[in-house]
Amino acid sequence: MADGIRFEKVSVAYGGNTVLDSLDLTVESGEVMALLGPSGSGKTTALRAVAGFVRPASGRVLIGDRDVTDLPPHRRGIGMVVQQYALFPHLRVEDNVAFGLKAQKVAKNEIPGRVTEALEMTGMASYAKRYPRELSGGQQQRVAIARALAIRPGVLLLDEPLSALDAQLRSGMLAELARLHRELPDVSILYVTHDQVEALTLADRIAVMDKARLQDVGTPQELYRRPRTEFTASFVGNANLLPVQVGSGSVSFAGAELKVPTGDVSSGVSATLCVRPHLVGLGDGPNALTGSVAEVQWRGSTHRLYVDVDGHRLKADLRELRTPPALGDEVTVHFAPEDAVLLSAGVSADG
Amino acid sequence: MASATLGARAGVRVKSRTEIPRWVWALPPVAVLGLVFLYPLALVVQQSVTPDTGGTSLQPYADVFASSAFREALGTTVWLAVGATVGCLVLGFALALVIAFVPFPGGKAVAKFIDVFLSFPSFLITLALLFVYGSVGMANGLWTDVTGAATGPFQFLATPWGVLLAEITYFTPFVMRPLLAAFSQIETAQLEVASSLGARPARIVRQVILPEALPALAAGGSLVLVMCLNEFGIVLFTGAKGVTTLPMLVYGKAILESDYPGACVVAVVNVLISVGLYGVYKVVSRRARA
Repeated sequence: MADGIRFEKVSVAYGGNTVLDSLDLTVESGEVMALLGPSGSGKTTALRAVAGFVRPASGRVLIGDRDVTDLPPHRRGIGMVVQQYALFPHLRVEDNVAFGLKAQKVAKNEIPGRVTEALEMTGMASYAKRYPRELSGGQQQRVAIARALAIRPGVLLLDEPLSALDAQLRSGMLAELARLHRELPDVSILYVTHDQVEALTLADRIAVMDKARLQDVGTPQELYRRPRTEFTASFVGNANLLPVQVGSGSVSFAGAELKVPTGDVSSGVSATLCVRPHLVGLGDGPNALTGSVAEVQWRGSTHRLYVDVDGHRLKADLRELRTPPALGDEVTVHFAPEDAVLLSAGVSADG
Repeated sequence: MASATLGARAGVRVKSRTEIPRWVWALPPVAVLGLVFLYPLALVVQQSVTPDTGGTSLQPYADVFASSAFREALGTTVWLAVGATVGCLVLGFALALVIAFVPFPGGKAVAKFIDVFLSFPSFLITLALLFVYGSVGMANGLWTDVTGAATGPFQFLATPWGVLLAEITYFTPFVMRPLLAAFSQIETAQLEVASSLGARPARIVRQVILPEALPALAAGGSLVLVMCLNEFGIVLFTGAKGVTTLPMLVYGKAILESDYPGACVVAVVNVLISVGLYGVYKVVSRRARA
């Protein structure tokens, strides 16, 4: 089964309150699409509209070529994994995995093989006879994934699947999920998360959501290196967002002339310049800015410096410094012209 | 000054604690329990082995067990209780499912009403049924008015079926209360995942909700079973003359026939059945949890 997912102007409202506003988005067959956004951004609602747990007020949801907008959840053939695992507590691991196969009336003699196959895929085959309460959180989530994969869905919905796990387990499970997707290249995955690292690591494309709307969509590299809006810039990775006046081939910020590519932004307007903190260097260089150190954070492998430049606070992530500057010291920071992005989307909105 | 007083009080408390052994505190509850419950129970047991002819013998037991009235009452009691329990479990499960999982306006109010219902006396329900289905009740009245017949078609209230209906009506909320509590513990995500895996509502009820509600069903069911075995008011109020249960038999023997040993024998049997069922329930529920 190779099914994509398509949202066509999907809106969802609860009691007059629009929680998803006219979403247009296509997840190609076999693609991992991350829905990234803060809580209340509508990302989970979008996933639930695909699963069939919320009915859109308007618009259509398609899986492959099928319009599933009015289909009940049990007829959509979707695998789903949720944050709190939702394993059936009274069933052994193998029976949890077999649940969907029995519900879909798979031939009896075929079920044990498919259960084993799914459990082996997630490395849980040796736990088949256990009850969920005898497993750790990470193991339970593996079983939940096996249960979703056992029905060989064309579409897999993952709703914050790693949020209940601790940091170390999470990075291990991220690698697991990436491997699973390599083994099942035809499965389209919709992955809801508020964690940018999960989205950047796993997704082929990221859809950034905020305030019930789709803000931006693109590959992780596009969104990280060439964000189009301030929201994307700050939510996908960390960003310095500097208010600037656009000139020709340069912008002015805090009285300094900065050489950055201005593209087709016309001169004279105010805009926002995005510079990633790890691309800011200490000392003199191109596009140098001088300010006083407001805060120094040691993070093991890096130092983060907060530098006040003419009332604007600039973040710089630097490789661990042997002698970090003291608070209040006057320092100079710089960045390469090609590392700065002028956010024109914000400009046109402002006027 | 204040601290001195406190110190003195503390001293008194320490002193009194050293003087009175802990087991003394067990005496008041045991005394109350003994006076109002154990002593009368012992008297009943003693009376049951004291025939009117004097002395101590098991003759009253032999007499009662040999009488067909007792065996009939025992049979009636058991089948009514079992029937009512099964009815309550089925009806209670269905109603609780609707209240818990089917959103409808006023659902919360209905759930609250269940709590109020539990405080109603059992005869009230029977009385209500009498008003509706009694031989001169509303249903029959309507029928005789319309057809001109002398009697209406609803005459089941004075039969065992009437008692069964009244008991199911009255005791169903006792099953629903623990069920609603159990249903509120079931994660919505489990039900959603089940349906996304392809399970229709009927399968979800059978394979996800029912197994998780089993302890609550067992608790509610055994409570209702014991209460039905001992139910007196409902049987009396339906006026079902042919329906003699064990409590009715105790009443009849003690009050109407003045056969106290016989009445006590039946009472002892009734108590033993109740305690035995309670024991079975404890064993089963412990095994279910393990």
